[in-house]
Amino acid sequence: MDRNQSYRNHKRLMKALHFSGLFITMAIICIPGLWIVLNSFRPTVEIMAKPPVWIPTFTLDHYRAMFGGAGEGGVPVFSYFRNSMIVSVVSTAIAILIGMSGGYAFARYKFKGKNGYFVGLMLFRAVPGVALSLPLFIVFARVGIIDTHIGLILAYVAMNVPFTVWLTDGFFRQIPKELHEAAEIDGCTRWQAFWQVEFPVAKSGVASAAIFAFLTSWNEFALASQLTRSVGSKTMPVGLLDFTAEFTINWGGMCALAVLMIVPALILTFLVQKHLIAGLTFGGVKG
Amino acid sequence: MTRRRLPEWFLLLLPAIIVIAAVVLIPLIFSLYSSFTPYKLTRPSTLWTWVGTYNYEKILTDAKFWTAFGRTVLFLTIALNLEMLLGLGIALMVNKVTWGQRTLRTVVMFPMMFSPILVGFQFKFIFNDNIGLVNNALQSMGFNVALPWLVDGKLAMFSILFAEVWMSTSVFAILILAGLFAIPRDPLEAAKVDGCTPFQSFRHITLPFLMPFIYIAMTIRSLDVARAYDIVQIMTGGGPARRTELLWTLMSRTGYVDARMGLANAMGYVSIILSVVFTIYFFRKLTAARAQIGMEG
Repeated sequence: MDRNQSYRNHKRLMKALHFSGLFITMAIICIPGLWIVLNSFRPTVEIMAKPPVWIPTFTLDHYRAMFGGAGEGGVPVFSYFRNSMIVSVVSTAIAILIGMSGGYAFARYKFKGKNGYFVGLMLFRAVPGVALSLPLFIVFARVGIIDTHIGLILAYVAMNVPFTVWLTDGFFRQIPKELHEAAEIDGCTRWQAFWQVEFPVAKSGVASAAIFAFLTSWNEFALASQLTRSVGSKTMPVGLLDFTAEFTINWGGMCALAVLMIVPALILTFLVQKHLIAGLTFGGVKG
Repeated sequence: MTRRRLPEWFLLLLPAIIVIAAVVLIPLIFSLYSSFTPYKLTRPSTLWTWVGTYNYEKILTDAKFWTAFGRTVLFLTIALNLEMLLGLGIALMVNKVTWGQRTLRTVVMFPMMFSPILVGFQFKFIFNDNIGLVNNALQSMGFNVALPWLVDGKLAMFSILFAEVWMSTSVFAILILAGLFAIPRDPLEAAKVDGCTPFQSFRHITLPFLMPFIYIAMTIRSLDVARAYDIVQIMTGGGPARRTELLWTLMSRTGYVDARMGLANAMGYVSIILSVVFTIYFFRKLTAARAQIGMEG
């Protein structure tokens, strides 16, 4: 065998390895999620069947039961969905406004102890939700905002602000100072210069920060499980627990709610995928 | 009468400071205080009894606490390293693909959208010893076994680790991939001309360049390592017989089930310190790595 041949063989082998490695990885990433989607369309008898049934039958029973309302063993999905939406959207909007002003301060002003402030701010994000939920529960109970949207929104705003500051800081830093200086020379106030010149440039960064804030609020469980009690304020992650009983779990129903939970997150992420990655890297590396 | 005006940067930071002070700082101060009392939710008057460092002494001499603490640190070390290596592997593989790369990248991001609690339920279902996908597949392939994935201590720990890695590897993969895109071509080509093997140029050019990206991913991850709580709480609840108990589940059990808030808050502080140490460590690494490739801004 000549050298050319062996080189070609080697290359072919590497290609095969590469392909199969990629295939296995993608399978491991996809199968758990697909399994949930698949099972939300299967009748409970089939999910529980022993020996397992591999050829699935299609049914919408779980969705019908879920949307059927609280009366027939269903879960008040609409309320949960509404609560989740209200809490996530409002807290994201507030967190973005507050975070943007903070990020701007870090990007544009020089002041003593800047790094200290910055790391200090990030450390508040590091406080584990469970550890915070104990005292927050007591404090919120005293103030009387347990089991309300406002309580949860407040908690999520505080949770999201540090990360938003980090990301927007990175983006504002990308924008040359000359831009707003020019605008100010042309007669803008600083406020106008920000909204009309700098904000449009940093928009994609702000969008990625918003997605992260939204996903965090949408998916959060540790705080929500303690700060909400009733149908009026429970979010979807907490609602998932409604499908568990003492010893049994209604897997089909839970999968259906899980699908409902994933879909908005999925759509949102696909829409702004590109900004998401850019946001993370700019914010971190160049910040 | 002229009042000194607050500097602008402070005014801009003020909303952030107020919100965090109100929602995080005050509760934390309260919990610091209550960790020095025998506070029980069922008996509010106990809040005013000062017991000094009794709670801390109690947890520091408690074998259950130290087991959970050790297990948490071990779990985090294994999980973070594994996620980093797998993320690096995935990023390198995806980077080599010439066709359909965008789709692959989207697929890799998939687990990032999952709620940790959902990941917990998902793998509780998949690893279920009776109707789970894993056991069903094993049985259909002819192995006559029903492995007790979530009942046996070691297997349960493995399952939890699997779930955690599944959920968080994508953060690493995506960020490292972004790093690979940004890598300058010249040094790599120069190395090739000078006769470096692919491994050498990876080790001495690609990897150092990727380091800041790896540390960003580590920093982002270290900010919410405690998300593992959701997974463990759902999959095993710390059981069987406390064999998968992590610091966070122990804390929530002490606080909410036993209603011993004072003790739980003392544990909470230990867990906060743990998170803070992780975060500071990676922040410093990040700064160092940035300086190394001259990105310090």
